[in-house]
Amino acid sequence: MSHILIAEQVLNGLQFGVMLFLMAAGLTLIFGVMGLINLAHGSLYMIGAFFAAVVAGWTGSFLLALIAAMAAAAAAGALVELVVIRRLYDKDHLDQVLATFALILIFSEGTRWVFGSFPLFLDIPDALSGPVTLPGGIQYPLYRLVLIGTGLGVALGLGLLITRTRIGIQIRAGENDREMIAALGVDISRLYTLVFALGAALAGLAGALVGAIQSVQVGMGEPVLILAFVVIVIGGIGSIRGALVGAILVGLTDTLGGVFLPELFKLFMEPSAATSVGSSLASMAIYILMAVVLIWRPTGLFGARA
Amino acid sequence: MKFKSLALATGMILAAGAASAEVKVGMITTLSGGGAGLGIDVRDGFMLAIEQSGRDDIEVVIEDDQRKPDIAVQLADKMIQSEKVDVLTGIIWSNLAMAVVPAATAQGKFYLSPNAGPSALAGKGCHENYFNVAWQNDNLHEAAGAHANSAGHAKSFILAPNYPAGKDALTGYKRFFEGELAGEIYTKLGQTDYAAEIAQIRASGADSVFFFLPGGMGISFLKQYADSGVDLPVVGPAFSFDQGILQAVGGAALGVVNTSQWNKDIDNATNAAFVSSFQEKYGRLPSLYASQGFDTANLLVSAVAAADVGDAGAFRDALRAANFDSTRGDFSFGPNHHPVQTIYAREVIQEGDVFTNKIIGKALENHSDAYAGDCKM
Repeated sequence: MSHILIAEQVLNGLQFGVMLFLMAAGLTLIFGVMGLINLAHGSLYMIGAFFAAVVAGWTGSFLLALIAAMAAAAAAGALVELVVIRRLYDKDHLDQVLATFALILIFSEGTRWVFGSFPLFLDIPDALSGPVTLPGGIQYPLYRLVLIGTGLGVALGLGLLITRTRIGIQIRAGENDREMIAALGVDISRLYTLVFALGAALAGLAGALVGAIQSVQVGMGEPVLILAFVVIVIGGIGSIRGALVGAILVGLTDTLGGVFLPELFKLFMEPSAATSVGSSLASMAIYILMAVVLIWRPTGLFGARA
Repeated sequence: MKFKSLALATGMILAAGAASAEVKVGMITTLSGGGAGLGIDVRDGFMLAIEQSGRDDIEVVIEDDQRKPDIAVQLADKMIQSEKVDVLTGIIWSNLAMAVVPAATAQGKFYLSPNAGPSALAGKGCHENYFNVAWQNDNLHEAAGAHANSAGHAKSFILAPNYPAGKDALTGYKRFFEGELAGEIYTKLGQTDYAAEIAQIRASGADSVFFFLPGGMGISFLKQYADSGVDLPVVGPAFSFDQGILQAVGGAALGVVNTSQWNKDIDNATNAAFVSSFQEKYGRLPSLYASQGFDTANLLVSAVAAADVGDAGAFRDALRAANFDSTRGDFSFGPNHHPVQTIYAREVIQEGDVFTNKIIGKALENHSDAYAGDCKM
């Protein structure tokens, strides 16, 4: 196994992790600030991808498609918060899970009615397509490098927003004590809508960016949602930094596990059995990681509370 | 979500004392969620054939299984016990077929499969009331292996999802491919990112790639493969290149060779009429799934015309005779009630704005399946 292949797989893991972060950041903010388990977050990811595909089809501009994806997901997020989620803050988690699961079904079938049952076309813009040669002779798709850069940029921006701005202070205060900041005159319901729309916009952005190299289809958000939950549990609920570290850990574990575990088993098993056992173990790798982290730190890596 | 449409071919039988025996068909297929495109194509092809037959004695009840085995089983129970259907059809996915078909045939119902063809139902688990009108699951992969030989590929990298149909796929390819393997990978079912696998392909020294990644998985793989700069020839079964998903893959699929038992340019009058009438009625090109639905319905119509469904022996003989005009040209059943048919190699081309397939040759002729010998009926 060459160094080039290993370096390429590390980049792949990083890119996967960074995209997971965009999903997990919104999820962890919403859970941290509002105490709400939002299963419909994957639907917002799907909405982002579908609007990006449609706008890219109309205008031919990928940048406009990204903006449309964020705007559409944010609008859908705000609408859902105002109409449904708002009634769930005082309810227990089971009610929240039921209601947001219903939202998944509504969004999926609604999307199918509007856009049809067949996957949509969304492609990488010409300027970003094709591979580039990195130092060391690694051939790597330019678009994936752009994804890594974008994701890290968003992480930095979000970090600054949370730590350096007035809104960030309110969000952090809301996580700690929502009655107190309401008593201090902060309009808590406006803040909640804002946080929800922000999380939705990030999910929409992730959907649009990833949609260009994957299939834009109904139900695309749910597999990512499960991984995003793993990420926030590992990172610690409510922590943006935890979401970033958790996402990159999950991305690397998943990618490298899938590649190297079958190779490892080939050292002492016959190839086809090794492939089969290695692949099965690789699909469990992130859940094993989660279990280990939870045994070591029950609140997650950066979690403040259980 | 759950909707029910009661489709009567051309109206209720009104004539008092009409002698024609009514046949009730229960269609359980996937009409919502991610895999809905396949079920919709099968349903539309099936209903088109029923409509064109002009028969008013075939009643079709359609239900959505949501791609969930438990729901498919509930629907089958309901159709058999309260709707009293005579014939069941429609299931797309092999795991759902395994949950429904053995129970249905054991209760004396006929099952006509328009898609799923798991090996378990073709060999030891075959049944006299189970007919597969599409293919045995391995068939298209075997044809891909045969095509790779004739295209001169000697070292293939092969990959498929880690689930029973994925294992059948790689087994089928290896059964016919004579070269050596540069690598063999099982990916996760539902995986959407193939960067890690593509890097392994690049490093493996292969001269060709075979993949079985149905639906969205194939769209993702092909787009990422095209962008990776790896330009080895790709071979696959038609499931990643059907009419429903080619538009979503776009230019990334151009020139890829895939294997199928059907294509819109198979030259016979039935097929030409099917393609144009399907396009006229539904405003889109038919896929292989639509052709399978259409053939299944025509098989049923031919049997209904020849025998009374109440006489199971005669009805079974009428089905086995396969006395209908298939979109595939000649069509006959092997001893295990699976098709014996020609499987073609197709190439993805662009016609105007539309991506579609063109036949470039025959991969396997009069091909049966590897399990027929195990079937004792």
